[in-house]
Amino acid sequence: MRKSIVSSLLVVALGAGIAWLTYWTGIAEKMPFRLGLDLKGGSHLVYQVDLSGVSQSEHKEKLDVLRRVLEDRVNGSDVSGVLGVGENVVQVQGNDKIIVELPGITDPVEANKKIGKTPQLEFKEEDPNYKPGKDQEIVITPKDVVDGKLVIPTTFENIDLDKKYRSTGLTGEYLKRADVQFDPQGQAYIQLTFTPEGAKLFAEITERNVGKTLAVYLDGVLTQAPVVEQKITGGTAVITGVTPEEARERAKELNLGALPVPISLVSQDTVGPSLGADAIDAGVTSGIIGFIAIMVILVLWYRLPGLIASISLLIYSIVTIALVKFLSVTLTAPGIAGLVISLGMAVDANILIFERMKEELQRGANVVDALATGFDRAWLSIRDGNVSSLISAFFLYLLGTTLIKSFALTFGLGVLVSMISAIIVSKVFLKTASFLVGRWPVFFKTGVSR
Amino acid sequence: MFIIKHKAIFFGIAIILMGISLVSMIIRGFNVGVDFTGGSLLELSYQGDISFEFVRESIQTSMPDAVVQKIGEHAILVRTSPLSPEEKNTLLASLERQGDFAEERFTTIGPSVGSELARKSILALAFVSLAIILFIAYVFRKVSRPVSSWAYGVIAVLVLVHDVMIPAGIFSWFGLPVDTLFVVGLLTILGVSVNDTIVVFDRIREHLRTNEEKHLNEDFATLVGKSIRDTMTRSIMTSLTVLVALLALVFFGPVSTRNLALVMFLGMFFGTYSSIFIASPLLVVWEKMNKKKQ
Repeated sequence: MRKSIVSSLLVVALGAGIAWLTYWTGIAEKMPFRLGLDLKGGSHLVYQVDLSGVSQSEHKEKLDVLRRVLEDRVNGSDVSGVLGVGENVVQVQGNDKIIVELPGITDPVEANKKIGKTPQLEFKEEDPNYKPGKDQEIVITPKDVVDGKLVIPTTFENIDLDKKYRSTGLTGEYLKRADVQFDPQGQAYIQLTFTPEGAKLFAEITERNVGKTLAVYLDGVLTQAPVVEQKITGGTAVITGVTPEEARERAKELNLGALPVPISLVSQDTVGPSLGADAIDAGVTSGIIGFIAIMVILVLWYRLPGLIASISLLIYSIVTIALVKFLSVTLTAPGIAGLVISLGMAVDANILIFERMKEELQRGANVVDALATGFDRAWLSIRDGNVSSLISAFFLYLLGTTLIKSFALTFGLGVLVSMISAIIVSKVFLKTASFLVGRWPVFFKTGVSR
Repeated sequence: MFIIKHKAIFFGIAIILMGISLVSMIIRGFNVGVDFTGGSLLELSYQGDISFEFVRESIQTSMPDAVVQKIGEHAILVRTSPLSPEEKNTLLASLERQGDFAEERFTTIGPSVGSELARKSILALAFVSLAIILFIAYVFRKVSRPVSSWAYGVIAVLVLVHDVMIPAGIFSWFGLPVDTLFVVGLLTILGVSVNDTIVVFDRIREHLRTNEEKHLNEDFATLVGKSIRDTMTRSIMTSLTVLVALLALVFFGPVSTRNLALVMFLGMFFGTYSSIFIASPLLVVWEKMNKKKQ
């Protein structure tokens, strides 16, 4: 008897604790709900990958490489600048599609251009006709003196780069590859290897630019301008003055070259952020209204057990939502719908148990025994019913698109948690109730009238 | 027992409803969404006083086969064949000359993606049905008299066909949009409305077992009738809670999931009806046919 009261209190405390964790602590802020694009706003792009030129055994590998290349582009390009790495998603779907999700980007024309194209590498030389205007010179301030040495700032503000540099005709099509190397002092540098034509062009460029800077442009953005020390005929160039990380980054960018296989955009979905906010509000509202309505029905019909079922339902909701948050399940509008539906179903187990209990009470058993039998006998129906729901959820998940998967996950999760909550939580509460007020069966009878 | 005695009536109602649904599906067909046909959907909101008719005409001058619908107070939905983002921007630009339009959502689905989705949906429906037959037959494997365990599985799925066909018929009749979420709704109904049927079958199984233990010889029809009576309240109550949740979704939930909730509501509603009035009576019929064969 005491054990069950303690258990009940423990369960309530646990429920309250989880709720607090989910909504009010610092953890809650560090792990916000992961929202799908239809709720957050953004673009969802689906690319068809042309694997016709690739042998069957290499399909998976090529798709992986493609995925990584696209991910680098998406994260590294200025399309996602504000959002940062990690928010964007590039995924393989099925065996010949790639999905790119760009939260917050509502102009996919730009996004698509940057994702789909080959990065541009270009070498530019200093334009001999360029004369920096008075406010176009590098300004040195006292903070550029470090430890008694003058450190020349390498920022390019105040310099009109378009005027300072002009094209040389040496572009990425002449680059064979870029490698990261380390010199005898342990300094990292990037070794560029040109094709034979590129080597010739490079020799000419370096010959006429000794002592001047040679600008390296990647995707139209100047990444660095090392000083040319001598004419280079070997067809290789070296970019120094980089940390090992920078070297790796640059080499990676330079090697990006063409995509491993052709891709074409076959479908896209762009959602503005206001639609998403509305959907979230509506989802939460419907959940609350549904919950209250269910609670009213339960208490009216099942009285005390109904009240217990409602508390159990509340704990169920808390746990399910907490799981969704901490497992980072992506929430979409159908995902929220899945949660609301499983809310309606979570209570079913309780109902089956109560009805069975009612039967036993009518047969004359006392409350405690009726409860035990109720649980035992109802379990099979509960289990079978939930398994069939899970079968649906499973095949829904396989069906594939992000929206469907989101529904399948929240629905399936809801069903699983409901099985546990009915058996454990309700059982504990009911046991306590049966001990405390079992003497007055009126609490356990059902129906709106007597 | 009332339901068993008058099973003909209830079968009749079910068959009529299924018949009407089928006719509607064949003659009127479905309002198939871009998810399956491919195409573009552009959802726009606007400020101020702009005549909807005017907007529709101006869109249709540049795109004759565009379907323009009013959704809500200041929002319209434009459906066309697949548009590239550039074409969409051109359309937007021309509209912007007439008023303050904002793009809320733009979806383009290539036709091959659409037909692949349609194919996968049909497969999923078939697999789930099959899985459920097998699952139920397995769970009821120890109950082979007076009807084989397969009877329970097959009847459960027949009843599911009824549960799914009528919502589909309603959607067809009223021209409600059939898209991916519609399929999600159907698949979910398959898994959820079978729960009700399982509750009754479980009770039948329990009675059969008790009778065997006590060596009682009870007429199957009577036993089934008793089982229905025993479980009717709980069938209705479990369905009621789900129906209430679904209603909340339909009326208060996100606009994009409204049809999903509606499909499931209809499915659950007819599912409950079929669990109580169709599933078990079918078992009785099955048993009678078995007896005739012997």
